[in-house]
Amino acid sequence: MAMTMTQKILAKHAGVEKVVPGQLINAKLDIVLGNDITTPVAVNEFKKAGFDKVFDKDRIAIVLDHFVPNKDIKAAEQSKVCRDFACSHCVSHFYDVGKMGIEHALLPEQGIVTAGDCIIGADSHTCTYGALGAFSTGVGSTDMAAGMATGMAWFKVPSAIRFELKGKLPKNCSGKDVILTIIGMIGVDGALYKSMEFTGEGVKTLSMDDRLCICNMAIEAGAKNGIFPVDETTMKYLDGRSKREPVIYEADPDAEYEKTIEIDLSSIVPTVSCPHLPENTKPAKELSEIKVDQVVIGSCTNGRMEDMQAAYEILKGKKVADGVRCIIIPATMQIMRECVERGYVTAFIDAGAVVSTPTCGPCLGGYMGILAKGERCIATTNRNFVGRMGHPESEVYLASPYTAAASALTGYITEYTEE
Amino acid sequence: MKTEGKVFKYPDNVDTDVIIPARYLNTSDAHELAAHCMEDIDKEFVKNVKEGDIMVAGWNFGCGSSREHAPLVIKTCGTGCVIAKSFARIFYRNAINIGLAILECPEAVDEINANDEVSVNFDTGEIIDKTTGKTYMAQPFPPFIQNIIKCGGLLASLKESED
Repeated sequence: MAMTMTQKILAKHAGVEKVVPGQLINAKLDIVLGNDITTPVAVNEFKKAGFDKVFDKDRIAIVLDHFVPNKDIKAAEQSKVCRDFACSHCVSHFYDVGKMGIEHALLPEQGIVTAGDCIIGADSHTCTYGALGAFSTGVGSTDMAAGMATGMAWFKVPSAIRFELKGKLPKNCSGKDVILTIIGMIGVDGALYKSMEFTGEGVKTLSMDDRLCICNMAIEAGAKNGIFPVDETTMKYLDGRSKREPVIYEADPDAEYEKTIEIDLSSIVPTVSCPHLPENTKPAKELSEIKVDQVVIGSCTNGRMEDMQAAYEILKGKKVADGVRCIIIPATMQIMRECVERGYVTAFIDAGAVVSTPTCGPCLGGYMGILAKGERCIATTNRNFVGRMGHPESEVYLASPYTAAASALTGYITEYTEE
Repeated sequence: MKTEGKVFKYPDNVDTDVIIPARYLNTSDAHELAAHCMEDIDKEFVKNVKEGDIMVAGWNFGCGSSREHAPLVIKTCGTGCVIAKSFARIFYRNAINIGLAILECPEAVDEINANDEVSVNFDTGEIIDKTTGKTYMAQPFPPFIQNIIKCGGLLASLKESED
């Protein structure tokens, strides 16, 4: 039986010729990831089970990103658990304040994950790395502990939905509008347990940042993973960056998909997910009467260089509307540095925005931009569940950096249109 | 393995942010976290839940974050079982890995009401609504997963296979 790209990667890592959907396999892991919220639970499980060494110190990544620089004493204690564990097991890819970034922006940037990998991470947005042509999926802390101890994880081989992309995105749209549109079409469990495989001639028109953003939100459709084929754009991105040799897998031409959905990128419009589910999508221009109190531009979904550039193009020389707090969070220190060098930070400050060091902070209602009762935020983040960014009676609208930045200038949800 | 108790009923797409809001995740102490279980959509849950009680919910239960704290707080509150139409995949995995009993049974979810007295037998997948007298059969787990549960979780099963 022919295999999808995901199935091929899983078969190779399970050491078998073929796999079929529904089959339970035990697969070898290339990278096991955790953060400052999930790692302490994993460390506890690891110790409780009596393990005393990790399977490979170079295959584990621990990134402090959710509550750092530590938001309070409890968060500091959790970071310390991670730090002590990383230090005592000589974990190579340990990222603390000063060199950390939001994990799903950091790992691709630093070349820790690469094409052909099989990756688990104790963070649901681990599916991001599918953009590089890897199988990558989110798991819990116990799976992380087992992965750190054995270098293996069990999986049920997923079936797949194919998204056939054609055309090219309009200038005021990004990968975010593509994935929000798809989630709006298929729903928050539209790809439950399945792979979302993106193919078609439209792929080549999407930048790596767009692809990372699209795969990042595969979990918001319930998917096990999202994945893009490896092309020139991927190889250019990995060149000089990837710490290991990329391995290219291609879906068999006669691979079976549960269904194929055609997406004409040229017909995508700036899209916003309304509270309280990512599937509640509407065109931004239909929401122009929605007033916002806060704008957040950042997160593992949209804190990359192209996102910062989009915000800069819109905010430079302008002023954030009165009564609006605009919070911009470059996702890694490298991106932060580049924002400084290119003059973006000065432009953001002059516009009346605030710029933070990398953190997941507001996206999950941790800190650095919590909403009061009745307040409303438009954010480039990935979830708009009840209470996600603060008070249970606050609201989050999800959008692209273009739409979020344009909304910061008007104080209302605004479709960006070039002047 | 069996449980019996009162039903707490919830809608589709109950996400991990309402099961345990991230604002409390600066600790991993299960008992401290359990005091906030479901509070953003049901403040009364923690006050009223008793050992063995049953959560009944719609499609895609546990969607969102990978936080294992979510099944852990449900279990720590004393919940004996979660019956849903379907589970989000990471929650499903985590529940098995930490030993929270879960069953998928859309028919039971449609017919069981809040506050019904329900008993569940995990070995057979049998769900009995004692209030209405109706019986339902859920899909039992595949043997591979049954073994993880039998061993008391993923790490215990790994240790067992090592020995």
